[in-house]
Amino acid sequence: MDVSQYLDIFLDETKEHLQNLSDQIMRLENDSEDMDTINEIFRAAHSLKGMAGTMGYKRMQTLTHDMENVFSEVRSGKVKVQPEMIDVLFNCLDALDEYTQNIQNSADEGTNDNEALIARLNDLLKSGTADSVEDKKEEPKESTAEKSAPEKKKRSTKSDKKGSKAEEKSESAEAKWYDIHLDDSQIHVIEEAKKQGMHCYGINVVVQDTCLLKAARAFLVFKSVEEKGEIIVSNPSAQDVEDERFEKDFTLLVVSKESLEDVMKAAQNVSEIAAVTGEEIEIEKTKDYKPKETAPANTPAKPVAPATPQQQQTAKNTEKKNAGKPVVNRTVRVDIEKLDVLMNLVSELIIAKNSLVSATGQVQSGSGNGVTEHIEYLERVTTSLHESVMKVRMVPIESVVNKFPRMIRDLSKKLDKKMELYMSGEETELDRTVVDEIGDPLMHLLRNSADHGLESAEVRAQRGKNPVGSIFLDAYQDGNNVVIEVRDDGNGIDTEAVKNKAIERGVITSEQAALMTDKEIISLLFLPSFSTAKQVTDVSGRGVGLDVVKSKIESLSGEVEVKSQLGVGSTWTIRLPLTLAIIQTLMVAVGGEKYAISLGSIQSLESIPQEDVRFVQNKEVINLRGNVVPLIRMEKVLDVESKRKPGEELTAVIVKKGDKMAGLVIDELLGQLEIVIKPLGKYIKQCKFISGATILGDGEVALILDANALI
Amino acid sequence: MDVNSLKNLSQDPQKEERVKRQFIVVGLGNEHYGIDIRYIDNIVRMQRITRVPKMPNYLIGIINLRGEVLPVISLRLKMGLPADEYEKNTRIIILKTEFEGSLGVIVDEVKEVVTLESTQVDKVDDLKIEGKNFVTSVGKRDNGDLISILDLNTITLEENVVRE
Repeated sequence: MDVSQYLDIFLDETKEHLQNLSDQIMRLENDSEDMDTINEIFRAAHSLKGMAGTMGYKRMQTLTHDMENVFSEVRSGKVKVQPEMIDVLFNCLDALDEYTQNIQNSADEGTNDNEALIARLNDLLKSGTADSVEDKKEEPKESTAEKSAPEKKKRSTKSDKKGSKAEEKSESAEAKWYDIHLDDSQIHVIEEAKKQGMHCYGINVVVQDTCLLKAARAFLVFKSVEEKGEIIVSNPSAQDVEDERFEKDFTLLVVSKESLEDVMKAAQNVSEIAAVTGEEIEIEKTKDYKPKETAPANTPAKPVAPATPQQQQTAKNTEKKNAGKPVVNRTVRVDIEKLDVLMNLVSELIIAKNSLVSATGQVQSGSGNGVTEHIEYLERVTTSLHESVMKVRMVPIESVVNKFPRMIRDLSKKLDKKMELYMSGEETELDRTVVDEIGDPLMHLLRNSADHGLESAEVRAQRGKNPVGSIFLDAYQDGNNVVIEVRDDGNGIDTEAVKNKAIERGVITSEQAALMTDKEIISLLFLPSFSTAKQVTDVSGRGVGLDVVKSKIESLSGEVEVKSQLGVGSTWTIRLPLTLAIIQTLMVAVGGEKYAISLGSIQSLESIPQEDVRFVQNKEVINLRGNVVPLIRMEKVLDVESKRKPGEELTAVIVKKGDKMAGLVIDELLGQLEIVIKPLGKYIKQCKFISGATILGDGEVALILDANALI
Repeated sequence: MDVNSLKNLSQDPQKEERVKRQFIVVGLGNEHYGIDIRYIDNIVRMQRITRVPKMPNYLIGIINLRGEVLPVISLRLKMGLPADEYEKNTRIIILKTEFEGSLGVIVDEVKEVVTLESTQVDKVDDLKIEGKNFVTSVGKRDNGDLISILDLNTITLEENVVRE
C-alpha cells in the first residue's frame, strides 16, 4: 500500500481544513472568548497535523503541531488571544497553504522549514503561559498513547465504575481476539511459536472517531506491529482493512518475542489511534471457546469499542462538531472529460430534435399529428436532460469568494484603513469553468475598492461617514445570467482626476476630454496601463488591474459595468452567462444566409419605415422611444446582397451591450431556436463578429453573430 | 495486420525494408495530384457549404461532418486555378492535420489509390505555383505516369493567416 493514492483526498481535505481555519480565526479575532470557535480551530489543526503526519509531510506536521499547541493553551484558558497571535496564525496558514501548493505541484512539501514562524509560535506560548507544567494536555494523541498502554488495568477499573453496562462492553471487546477464526495451519504456527518461547498476543486497536484516513492509519499500525513480530491473522482481514471496510476497530493476533507492552506501544505510536488493548492469548482458550464465544459475541451487532474516557471525549467532540458546523457540502467529483462527453451527447440529441422539427414541416401537409406528439416528448426530454447535465456542471461561487474576507482583513491592516466586507449570495451557482476563472477579476475589483475606493478613517469622519468602510459583494441570478456586484461606500470615481490622467498620459486630448461624458471617462479606466492611484502600492496602482478584469470577463462572454458617484461610492457589476455551450437564439436571414443571434443580447425587434431613418454624422440612426440608436446594415458587414426590396420597411434587431444599443438591419426573422455552439476550429481565426457555428435541423451550418463585437 | 500481409512478409523479407506509401489520386483541372493516404480521414460528396464572411477567397466556408463543423478550402483557388464548378464527381477530401484540426479540401474528382515504393518517389524543387511549393515530390508509376504529390503542410499550415 502506498500513501500516494490518498494524495487527492489529502489535498482536498487540507484545503477544506485551511479554509475552515481561516474562517474560524477570523471569527476568533472578533470574539476572542468563543469556546466553540476555539474548539473548532483546535480540531481542524489537529486533523491537519494528523493528515500531514500520515502522508509523511514532516515540516507541515511540525508547523501544525506548534499551532495546535497554541490553540490548546488558548482552549485551556492559559493564553489569551491577542491581535499579535492572530497575525502569526494567519502567517502560519499562508505557510501551510504554500506547503499544500508545493504538494499539489510536485507531491513534495518543499524545503521551507518556516523556523521563524515556529519560533514566534513558541514565543507566544512562553509569553502567554505562566507555567507549562501540564504539557501532556497539549497533545491528546500522545497522552492517549502513554496512558492507555501501561494503565490497562487502571482503565478497566475505571470502566468498572462506569457500571455494569460499560463492563459488559469492555468484556466483549476484550474477548475479541478469541472470536477470530483460526484455521489449522494458523493454530499450528501459534503452537510452534509458543514452543520456541515466543508469545502470542491478541490486540484490539480502536481508531479515533474523527480519523479521516482510517485505512492509512490501520496500515501504519500493521506496519509498526510487524516490526515487532508477525501478524498471524487479523479481523477484519488485511485486505478489508486496507479497503477501509471496518468500523473503527480491528483485532490482530501477533506472534512476537517482544513483550506485550512493546507491541502495543508500536500500535499506539500511530497517531489518531484512540485505544489499544491486548493480552497474551492461550491457544487452548481460542479452540475451546470458539463454538460458544463466537455466537454471542457476534450477535450484539457491530464490534463495540471499549468505553475508555478518551473515547467518550471524542464522542463528545463529534457531537459538538455536528451541532456547531453547518451540514457539510456533499460533493461528487466528476471528471470534467466525462461531463464533456455527456454534454456532447446532449448536443447531438438536440440536433436530432431539430431535424425532427424540420421534418414535420415537410410532413405537415399529410398526416403529421403523431410526429408532433413525439417531438413534443422529445423536446421535453432533451430540455430536462440539458438542465440536469448543466446542473452537474454548476458549482456555487462560494469556493471562490470564501477567501475574500481574509484578503480584506489583510488589506485593512496593510492599508491602515478600517473596512468590513459583507457578502451575500455565495450559494449562487455558475458553470464550473466560469467559477474557476472568476476569482482573479473579483479579487482585482475588491482590491480596487479597498485601495482606491474607500477613504481613510479621518476623511470618512470628516465627511460624516461611518469610519469603518463597507465593501459589499453580492451575487444573484438574473434570468439566464448571474450578476456579481462589488460595491463600496467610498469616494467614488473622480472623473476629473481620470480625465487629467488620461490627458497627461496622452490617451485623449484636452479637446476630446471636454466633450466626453462621465461614463465615457470612466470607461477609460478599463484601458490597458491606466491607473489613477496617486502612488503605486503593492495592493494596486500598477495599472494592470481593470483591463485584465475586463478582458477576462469578456473572454467568459460576460460584461463589466461601473456606476459611480463622487463622494458616495461605486458599484462594479459583472454579468455572466449561466452556461456557455447551449444558448437560445433568434434566427435571422441576411442575403439568403442564416445567422443566429443570442437572445441574451437582444433588446427588441423593430420594424422601421424607411422615412424614419435619420442621419447623424453621415451614419444611419433611428429614434427609438427617445434613444438615438445607430443602425448597422448587416448585408454590408457580411458582404452579401440584401434580398430586401427597395422602399420596404426595415427589420432591425435592437441589441444591447451595457448601455450601448445598436439596430442590426436584417432581411427576415426566422424564429427562435435553441442551438448548440460549435467552435469554428483553429483554421478560421480573427473573424471578430462570428462567435461560432451551429448545426441546424436539416444539417446545414449557420454562423452565430456576436452582437457585442458589432456595437 | 491481416493474413495476407503476414504472408507477404514471410515470403519476401526484402519487401519489409522498402517503405510503401499509398496515395489517393485526385483530379484538378487537367492535372492529377497524389495525396498521402495517411492524412486522409474521409472522402465525402459535395454538400452545402456555409460561407464565412471576411475570409480569403479560397476558404469556401464550413460544413457539417457528423456533427462537427469543419472549414473547407478550394484547392483550385488556392493554386490559382479557375473557381470550382461543382459537379457530380466533385468531392471533399477530409484531411486530418497535426495542428489545425480537420479540414476539407474540394477536388474535381477522386480517381484511384496507388501504391508507390519510396524508390519511386523523388523530391523536386522549384515547382512553384502561386509562389509556393505545393508539390514537393513526384511519384513515378509502373506504367510510366507521373503523379505530383501535394505537400499538405503548404496547403493547410502556411496560409491560415486570415485577413480581417
